[in-house]
Amino acid sequence: MSPDILFYFFAALTAGSALAVVLNKNTIASALCLLVSLVGVAAIFVLLDAFLLAALMVFVYAGAVVALFLFIVMLLDTYGGDRKPFKKATIVSSGFALALLVLGLVTFADRGALETPAAEASATAVVPVGASLRAYGEQLFTTYLLPVQIVGFLLLIAMLGVIVLSKKFEGLEDVK
Amino acid sequence: MFDFYFEIPHWIRLVVQGLAVMLVMFPIAAACSMAERKIAAWIQDRPGPNRTIAPILAWVPGIGFLQRLGLFQLAADGGKFAFKEDAVPGHVNKLYFIAAPIIAMIPALTTVVAVPFGAYIDSAGKLVPIVLANVDLGILVVFAVSSLGVYAVILAGWASNSKFPFLGGIRASAQLISYELSMTLSVLPVFLWTNGPLATDAPGSFTGSLSLARVVEFQSQAGFWGGAWFIFLMPLSAFIFLVALFAETNRQPFDTVESEADLVNSFGSEYGAFKWSLFYVAEYAHMLIGSAIFMLLFFGGWNPLPWITLSDVAHFLGFAHLPIVTGIVGIGIFVGKVLAMIFFFMWVRWTLPRFRYDQVMAIGWKKLLPLAIANLVAYTIGIALL
Amino acid sequence: MAVIQVERKPLTFAERTYIPQIVGGLRTTLKHLFRKPLTLEYPEQRPVIPVGYRGVPTLVKDPNGREKCVSCQLCEFVCPPKAIRITPGEIPADSTNAHVEKAPQAFDIDMLRCIYCGLCQEVCPEEAIWLQNQFSMSGYTRAEMVNNKAKLYELGGTLPDSHFKWDKKKSAEEHGNAH
Repeated sequence: MSPDILFYFFAALTAGSALAVVLNKNTIASALCLLVSLVGVAAIFVLLDAFLLAALMVFVYAGAVVALFLFIVMLLDTYGGDRKPFKKATIVSSGFALALLVLGLVTFADRGALETPAAEASATAVVPVGASLRAYGEQLFTTYLLPVQIVGFLLLIAMLGVIVLSKKFEGLEDVK
Repeated sequence: MFDFYFEIPHWIRLVVQGLAVMLVMFPIAAACSMAERKIAAWIQDRPGPNRTIAPILAWVPGIGFLQRLGLFQLAADGGKFAFKEDAVPGHVNKLYFIAAPIIAMIPALTTVVAVPFGAYIDSAGKLVPIVLANVDLGILVVFAVSSLGVYAVILAGWASNSKFPFLGGIRASAQLISYELSMTLSVLPVFLWTNGPLATDAPGSFTGSLSLARVVEFQSQAGFWGGAWFIFLMPLSAFIFLVALFAETNRQPFDTVESEADLVNSFGSEYGAFKWSLFYVAEYAHMLIGSAIFMLLFFGGWNPLPWITLSDVAHFLGFAHLPIVTGIVGIGIFVGKVLAMIFFFMWVRWTLPRFRYDQVMAIGWKKLLPLAIANLVAYTIGIALL
Repeated sequence: MAVIQVERKPLTFAERTYIPQIVGGLRTTLKHLFRKPLTLEYPEQRPVIPVGYRGVPTLVKDPNGREKCVSCQLCEFVCPPKAIRITPGEIPADSTNAHVEKAPQAFDIDMLRCIYCGLCQEVCPEEAIWLQNQFSMSGYTRAEMVNNKAKLYELGGTLPDSHFKWDKKKSAEEHGNAH
């Protein structure tokens, strides 16, 4: 019973603070709400016995990424200004996303459970993956090697893009 | 003798243990501020605070020693912080301003749960570490929770709504992220080693561990290589970790966050009284935890000397069958080592000048991080070839 | 003067790592850690006051115990911050010092105004006012910081000089101004 209560509490915390991230006018407060939301996600991981994921979540996202967000927000000195009117494309795409979300939720509520690849095996196999280091590592470098590589490649591209955008190239005027 | 203790519910025992550790840690962290002042004084050829004493206590013979150590000065300072007016400036963001010192205390006192601080020998002759929660994720939990400590500084800097605290907050966020990378990379060889081919666990039962107690176990094995502390096996890792530790705890020569000279105490400038003192207790608690981790990883934890383990000492002196004595000796050795490390922190602080902020960044990203990566690669190849 | 170009040598690898320098610094500070403190524990231990120190101005007596001040008021007039206030008075005829011209009835030095310049000492023809080695004055009220005549003599004490100007004058008078 009590894990259920904890789950509802942390789920509400996560969802509520995620909502606050979007609605908050103050960017710093938004970033802090994001922090709370991530810690809530980590707590849900703990409830799922995925301690490793929880620790990584706190370490990487809450500990480093949000700190970077705050750093950037503080440096850019952004204050919540007046909302610009939405573009037509934004309205269409967000309506589409909302429809997808509602559809997914309805499907989920209708079936009552998520479709699992091997329901009988999940009880023994799924749980330890996020909990122990070796199981997690093995899965990461065998079953999920391709996604890991793709994500790594995407991050590399993003990093290169940042370097290209931020670096002041010498003699750029000559090129022009 | 202590049977009644094991009959009370488990969760009450956990709470009692947690409170006990905190009740030891909090005063040590506070006493560190006095140690800092005394060591500063001694290094500068001064006696340091040595006058304060409660008039009633002055009659006790032999108490002059404690008086000269400044112990009552510490009590007086603490009392002052508790009783003086806790002003909140009018221009601050009140919620975050008050939350910041509280947030500072949470990771400072939480990380201690995953840090083993001693060991005893149970009836089966096995060395059992004394720790609040001996989790497999040990070091990761410590790193994860202590990385949240930066938010206290960022929040304090931002909520203070004035220039110098704000600059301090920005510096803190950049500096801590920069050095966290090197720190994490520098300890990886240690855990590669403890999870590597030298691991002597029964095949199949072992699932991989980042436990700190396991690291100490590895440093207290028999033989020349087994008993060697990791400082001898991985001096470069230890060095990188130490440098990153100085930066993470905002100690001199990486004290760019607080830097009294150019940022006027930075995030602390708008704070006073008890809230201000909380920041300092949190800072020293971070130092204590950091030193404890350093001692566990590289200096053999509760083993008194390299190649001489705690159980050797216990068997030699004949108290191996008394778990309480062994436990107390182990904790004593470990706390002694941690305090020696704290002394080293202070010694360095009163020796070195501060790096400039750009130098701190250059050292972190251009020197320490490549070094840590090279170190990791070298040890990975070395351990794979074993 | 010739300009000497000092060649700046490139740092060696050890110097660039900064570690030998840190170790050297640590060794220096460790040495100081065990050194005896150089400080004085002030109220109990007092510094040695050098000869000629100009501290709080005081009034002195001569070896006979006679107050040397004759209340000429030169110091009062020369005092730049006007810290000195003298009320001149007569010496009673039955006193052993009746041959001396005058003596101050009251002599106040306001130590909140005094700037320790020493002009009073310099100007005094009787060598009656001296800046001595008293260096710390404190009080809870302004009134306490004004040194009156009794306080000034208490601070000043007796000056072991051998002038005995007024004794000589008296004996000269008694001998008809003939040596």
